[in-house]
Amino acid sequence: MLLKLDKITKTFSGYSALTDVSLEVKQGEVHAVIGPNGAGKTTLFNLISGVLAPTAGTIRLSGVDVTGKRPDHVTRMGLARTFQGVRLFQSMTALENVQTGQFIRDKNRLLSTFTSLPGKTGKAERASRDAAMELLTLVGLDKHHKLIAGDLALADQRRLEIARALATKPRLLLLDEPVAGMNPTEVNDAARLIKQLCERGITVLLTEHHMSLVMEISDTITVLNYGKKIAEGDPASIRNNPLVLEAYLGSDVAAHSAHQAAAAPGEQARSELIAQEDR
Amino acid sequence: MIDPYLESILIFSGINIILALSLYLPISAGLLSLGHGGFMAIGAYMSAACTALYGLPFLPSLVLGAVMAGLVGAIVGFPALRIKGVYLIILTMGFGEITRVFFLNFEPTGAASGLGGIPPDTTLALVWFIVAILLFGFFQLRRSRLGRVMTAIRDDELAAEVIGINLARIKVAVFAAGAALGGLGGGLYAHYALFIDPAQFGFHRSAEIFIMVLLGGMGNYLGATLGAIVFTVLPEVLRGLQDWRMTLFGSLLVILMIVRPWGLIGARR
Repeated sequence: MLLKLDKITKTFSGYSALTDVSLEVKQGEVHAVIGPNGAGKTTLFNLISGVLAPTAGTIRLSGVDVTGKRPDHVTRMGLARTFQGVRLFQSMTALENVQTGQFIRDKNRLLSTFTSLPGKTGKAERASRDAAMELLTLVGLDKHHKLIAGDLALADQRRLEIARALATKPRLLLLDEPVAGMNPTEVNDAARLIKQLCERGITVLLTEHHMSLVMEISDTITVLNYGKKIAEGDPASIRNNPLVLEAYLGSDVAAHSAHQAAAAPGEQARSELIAQEDR
Repeated sequence: MIDPYLESILIFSGINIILALSLYLPISAGLLSLGHGGFMAIGAYMSAACTALYGLPFLPSLVLGAVMAGLVGAIVGFPALRIKGVYLIILTMGFGEITRVFFLNFEPTGAASGLGGIPPDTTLALVWFIVAILLFGFFQLRRSRLGRVMTAIRDDELAAEVIGINLARIKVAVFAAGAALGGLGGGLYAHYALFIDPAQFGFHRSAEIFIMVLLGGMGNYLGATLGAIVFTVLPEVLRGLQDWRMTLFGSLLVILMIVRPWGLIGARR
């Protein structure tokens, strides 16, 4: 098991954001965590990536206990993440952002920085630039490598953030709402990119409100509501799970949908769920 | 022979460039300090005590002063890890004041009456040799692996941390390095001024160093360099105005901050 959460609880001054959440992410899968706003998805990501420490429970990455470890430590262990609100190094170029992401995998060359000839690009620097360009090509930003990150369009900023995360050479990549604010074409591009990452052997854990994307790319879906895990399974089983429908649509509608679903096997409820979330 | 007046302006320009760069270093990693006069004082007193009181040679004394300031910088740097923005500025101001009061009461270096008899070892060539080395270092740092990491921390600490950067280590190292350079500037100053007392290293000195960086532009080491030169030379140029010169100088600063808030050099962002 690549990532194993055991009974994770997080309380913020009395308010319980997550309660006894257990979760397992298998090597090589795309695992989605969904749930209504405020369900605790981002808190969960902050706990896994070390930005916050859990109140109770343990987090294991490839069997190693990383509970309460600092974010940089967790990243060195092979976990990388993006943020819902995109956090790039705004004053740097796209290329520099990715090169900075390689920091922990690069050779330390502090001495040669000050002893090399001015203006000459050293071997290590050239290697770092080439590797960064490769990642920019992967996410489709190679043409924009000289642009300042803060000047890129939102969809490109999200892609750049993924490239920067990949530069840390992660085994597990956490994507926090990777397609929020994107148009349908950009969503398709993102879906293709996530599948490509998977083919490269990177395991992906993501949160997303865009249901059709989640249904299309996920192997496993975990559903959170009010900080508790209410369902888990493959896309087909989640789609027809009455608890999930209730969480998203409210109990009345869910009952109604379940009634209709009985008449027209699941189709109505499914389209309603998708319509609700695509908005 | 070079005109002594011109020489003194050139030496003070060089020392001020070293001081401005010493503050620019932590600023480039997002660590704003208004207590740099304190590190300057430590370097000045340490090196001057070595030469004037213990008869040590000049260069080792200068290095000792810088090392001492760097060590204190590392100690001050630790609490700075958890503190940001305005609070860090207040912490460093407090440090600067503590340092001044320490030397005000420290009898071995003369306390309030100051420390005199410092050998005149700071030469024009030495000062500008050090300036040249520093400028080369900053030029190389700008596009290097470490330089990028410092910019990353300034731009977004959390993002820097999640790509695996050990914030504590980099911040303390950068803060200490800046403090050491400040101590170096202080040592050079002491061996040119030949007499130092605690009043020379008060808050006004910290503010002056900060203004040099602000004036030139906080986004670029050349900004700090130019800022230091303008800060040294402009009051001399305005000398004919006598009592009014500092008033005009202050007014020019205000105007500059209105029309070019990003400083003389440096990007708008």
